[in-house]
Amino acid sequence: MIKYFLIVNKQGQTRLSKYYEHVDINKHTLLETEVVKRCLSRSNEQCSFIEYKDFKLIHRQYAALFIVVGVDDTETEMAIYEFIHNSVEVLDEYFSRVSELDKMFNLDKVHIILDEMVCRIVETNRERILAPLLILYNDSSSSSHSLFARMI
Amino acid sequence: MSDIVEKTLTALPGLFLQNQPGGGPAAAKASFSSRLGSLVRGITALTSKHEEEKLIQQELSSLKATVSAPTTTLKMMKECMVRLIYCEMLGYDASFGYIHAIKLAQQGNLLEKRVGYLAVSLFLHESHELLLLLVNTVVKDLQSTNLVEVCMALTVVSQIFPREMIPAVLPLIEDKLQHSKEIIRRKAVLALYKFHLIAPNQVQHIHIKFRKALCDRDVGVMAASLHIYLRMIKENSSGYKDLTGSFVTILKQVVGGKLPVDFNYHSVPAPWLQIQLLRILGLLGKDDQRTSELMYDVLDESLRRAELNHNVTYAILFECVHTVYSIYPKSELLEKAAKCIGKFVLSPKINLKYLGLKALTYVIQQDPTLALQHQMTIIECLDHPDPIIKRETLELLYRITNAQNVTVIVQKMLEYLHQSKEEYVIVNLVGKIAELAEKYAPDNAWFIQTMNAVFSVGGDVMHPDIPNNFLRLLAEGFDDETEDQQLRLYAVQSYLTLLDMENVFYPQRFLQVMSWVLGEYSYLLDKETPAEVIAKLYKLLMNDSVSSETKTWLIAAVTKLTPQAHSSDTVERLIHEFTISLDTCMRQHAFELKHLHENVELMTSLLPVDRSCEDLAVDASLSFLDGFVAEGLSQGAAPYKPHHQRQEEKLSQEKVLNFEPYGLSFSSSGFTGRQSPAGISLGSDISGNSAETGLKETNSLKLEGIKKLWGKEGYLPKKESKTGDESGALPIPQESIMENVDQTITKKDQSQVLTQSKEEKEKQLLASSLFVGLGSESTVNLLGKADTVSHKFRRKSKIKEAKSGEASSTHNMTCSSFSSLSNVAYEDDYYLNTLHDRGDKELKTFSLNSELLDSESLTELPLVEKFSNCSLSTPSLFADNSMEIFHPPQSIAASVAKESSLASSFLEETTEYIHSNAMEVCNNETISVSSYKIWKDDCLLMVWSVTNKSGLELKSANLEIFPAENFKVTEQPGCCLPIMEAESTKSFQYSVQIEKPFTEGILSGFIRPLKISSEDFGKLWLSFANDVKQNVKMSESQAALPSALKTLQQKLRLHIIEIIGNEGLLACQLLPSIPCLLHCRVYADVLALWFRSSCSTLPDYLLYQCQKVIEGS
Repeated sequence: MIKYFLIVNKQGQTRLSKYYEHVDINKHTLLETEVVKRCLSRSNEQCSFIEYKDFKLIHRQYAALFIVVGVDDTETEMAIYEFIHNSVEVLDEYFSRVSELDKMFNLDKVHIILDEMVCRIVETNRERILAPLLILYNDSSSSSHSLFARMI
Repeated sequence: MSDIVEKTLTALPGLFLQNQPGGGPAAAKASFSSRLGSLVRGITALTSKHEEEKLIQQELSSLKATVSAPTTTLKMMKECMVRLIYCEMLGYDASFGYIHAIKLAQQGNLLEKRVGYLAVSLFLHESHELLLLLVNTVVKDLQSTNLVEVCMALTVVSQIFPREMIPAVLPLIEDKLQHSKEIIRRKAVLALYKFHLIAPNQVQHIHIKFRKALCDRDVGVMAASLHIYLRMIKENSSGYKDLTGSFVTILKQVVGGKLPVDFNYHSVPAPWLQIQLLRILGLLGKDDQRTSELMYDVLDESLRRAELNHNVTYAILFECVHTVYSIYPKSELLEKAAKCIGKFVLSPKINLKYLGLKALTYVIQQDPTLALQHQMTIIECLDHPDPIIKRETLELLYRITNAQNVTVIVQKMLEYLHQSKEEYVIVNLVGKIAELAEKYAPDNAWFIQTMNAVFSVGGDVMHPDIPNNFLRLLAEGFDDETEDQQLRLYAVQSYLTLLDMENVFYPQRFLQVMSWVLGEYSYLLDKETPAEVIAKLYKLLMNDSVSSETKTWLIAAVTKLTPQAHSSDTVERLIHEFTISLDTCMRQHAFELKHLHENVELMTSLLPVDRSCEDLAVDASLSFLDGFVAEGLSQGAAPYKPHHQRQEEKLSQEKVLNFEPYGLSFSSSGFTGRQSPAGISLGSDISGNSAETGLKETNSLKLEGIKKLWGKEGYLPKKESKTGDESGALPIPQESIMENVDQTITKKDQSQVLTQSKEEKEKQLLASSLFVGLGSESTVNLLGKADTVSHKFRRKSKIKEAKSGEASSTHNMTCSSFSSLSNVAYEDDYYLNTLHDRGDKELKTFSLNSELLDSESLTELPLVEKFSNCSLSTPSLFADNSMEIFHPPQSIAASVAKESSLASSFLEETTEYIHSNAMEVCNNETISVSSYKIWKDDCLLMVWSVTNKSGLELKSANLEIFPAENFKVTEQPGCCLPIMEAESTKSFQYSVQIEKPFTEGILSGFIRPLKISSEDFGKLWLSFANDVKQNVKMSESQAALPSALKTLQQKLRLHIIEIIGNEGLLACQLLPSIPCLLHCRVYADVLALWFRSSCSTLPDYLLYQCQKVIEGS
């Protein structure tokens, strides 16, 4: 089970957080700082999987951004590790070269993309993930309907 | 005049601002969208937390004003929501915006609606009250003709939805399963998966539709349905064996690249789908040869195909290896999987190494020789600079620990422990060390020293079981009394040395352990007198860093030692000191000590030496207080109400939002006070009961029945499943192969040693000490001979204990047998079948038994596991040391059990209650066991009847019943274990009670009618907070209410209180005393059921049962 999906930068600021199991809002900040601290303390020679409390953190670094996924012990670390990369590829495709600020200014879009991909790993097909979002944000354009028909 | 001018001037900017939004929507838009940007930039630029807080608070207050202003358009609202999401993400409360998020989802156009839904799913949690306001919007959108809206609604439902509102959307979502668009079907399946997670009972009836989804022509829909299947198969794999073929075919197609190319990830076909399928296959093939055979081919194919050098293929390989080692073994596959693991472990990539270690840890339980092949890599990982790798290695070593390598492994663990600061790691590791130490300790000194280290490091974070178990172990001792005394003496001596050290602080728990041991066993000392020990304890008592809880332990120890010390100044000083203590608890103890000290005779009789294990008579009902209670009541004191009752009353008084429509006809009529009618205890009641309960309690302060997760024998179930698999996997001839492997390895080792540097030699040395006992010897071991070296600290009651461990591990099995036992009404056939199966197993086991009678550590053998599998339905009669009795000469003809007389002897005493028919549980030529059950008012009574059919006398036949978790089994009086005379029948009665209510569907044996009046029903109805409603379709035959209720009464033992027109009131209780009320109403052929109870899970369960009964009949 995926417990949470976090995007944080090197300064430790949260860029995106999504919890798949209810965590009290007061505990978010504490948890995120702890998680970032652990990720930052890891070097490249060390493995990308960390134990934190009773779950595993799988982290992957993209330039100044860390993507961290917290899972319980029913998941295979490597599968999640690649899943992170898959999600980055999807974001790249949508934003055509994703940068940190892209994510920030389009918080809602990133969330919508994630909603399509996760609740467990539910969708990994790039085109299918992006279809609903493309429809929403191209609603005014005339091609949207045919697009929808083609995509789904 | 100048005043007026000034006022106009100050008002001007305000006018400007007001005009702006109206002036041009474009400007407004720009200002809003860039506001998120500037907020983000602002936050990013800040350096201190304090500044951030200030900025966000500012932002929040401006947002608060904007969202509640009537002029705010939906478009602006959408932008506000994104900013609110951002603020909440940083950890600031934005709850004022929640209601606006719901509104936005309700009113906005597509994009705004989506953002509204998004905000709701981020802001609210499952049981948030506002979530109910979303239900209507979801229902509306589900019925929309716009596919995008339907999509959104389904997405939000699959993320967050209130459990009690599922019935409102369920039919709509079921319809969507037939939708023409893939995305809608897929999302509908995911929504149902969500429902299955939060309320499995409510989607039970659509299992057939899941099958359809599995066979969907679209890959996405099929993949989504796998989530549901994985979960269901995890819960009960036997129900889905018939689908194995389908899963195998799907996997074959995926592996063979038959999917559309866009499902590829880096040219690997749908890797996550493959992983999911492999997991499902692993669960299905577990311990099942026939099912496993179906999947050998595809697993082989998967292993072969996944040779591409990419991370994701390694993830698939890992899963493959896991599956290969989970299912019924096939040597060819095992070989390939082992090769795979080798590749992982030897890889220079750190992530792969980690994966390899993890795989090895799992596999090693099946095949310990693999550890030998990779021993040098393991040694290297043990000193790896990455603590995570080290940790994983220790986990691996933990699995291969035996009596020979325990000291080295525990030492490595302690080293790691000293470096680690993380609480979770410490707790975990300390538990493992304690377990290993208890299981394999080579001698007393090592054991005590290791436990000292555990207590000093684990301190106050470790699991409380560790000190408790340790103390019990010291107190109960082992088989050998002199050795016990030596161990205790060693402990006492080592603690005294520790206490002598200056300026060392020990964790409180450790001090508590020390004080208990010193109090109990200081009498074993030769040199130090009790007075000297008291002096040391006194020193601790005066220490400020010692907590008051520990002080009570210390003073208890002093109290125990005082009678041995004759006269001691220290004691008097201590009494003097603490009788004026500000801590009332300490003062109390000091006064007790003072009074005892004055009466030495009483003291010595109260505190005998070395009697910590004897039972004390405890009057738990406090009957000696009855007089006091009666007096209090006569003076007008309020009668005592049990805790749960007070809780209920409190709940009913709390003001909660009422989501139900008002106006039940009966509810207001009899409503006079808040007191619920049931269970007000009065003094007379107490005194009436207490004499009886007091008697019962007298001998019940024993430690039996306490669940032991780990003890002397370790975590046995794990081990045994290992041996079970192993004996199947490695037929005896392989033993020699193993030996060969081992020899070649040692040979290789020897030849290498010559040429190696010193460092290498050290590693080799470490390796040989770590992996000792893993080779041929342990293989032999696994094949059934007793391990004579290990288990130094063997408990007297070891087998029993091991069993109780197993009973909890085989929980599921036991549970299911339990449910089948209690659902006889409509599961007779099923029950009999399963019993037959078990009976067969049992017979096989019997025949094997005689060959193995002399083997001492029976618990190591796979067949014992079978015994325990049947632990409830078939007591493990023969799993005891007194098995010699099972040498019946084969020539003795089996005498036929006299079933009829047997049955009549069953029933004579118990005719007043409803009971089931007697059923045979198992039998062989010497013994037959049958059972039946009686639904008594206060418990479920199981009667086991054991018939000795042989002509010989059986001595100490031991009937042991191990209840599943949450159940308590009590032997009824008169059920001792007698000598069984030839051809006689004995019956044993066990009453089964629920210890704490829970949801698993095995409660039906514990439902009893609750006989109350309609008036009381009305009162109770109002006091209950948990309710569940559902409509059930009735079959034609019982469309009338009375007949339907009659069925419920007969099958579920609900009590019908009254039938008024088309409404009916029923009540029942779950033993011991959890009431549940049911209100029924009939419209046409639909029966509306409405449950209320004080327990949150009971209504769900009953609803499911009612549904089954009504739809089934």
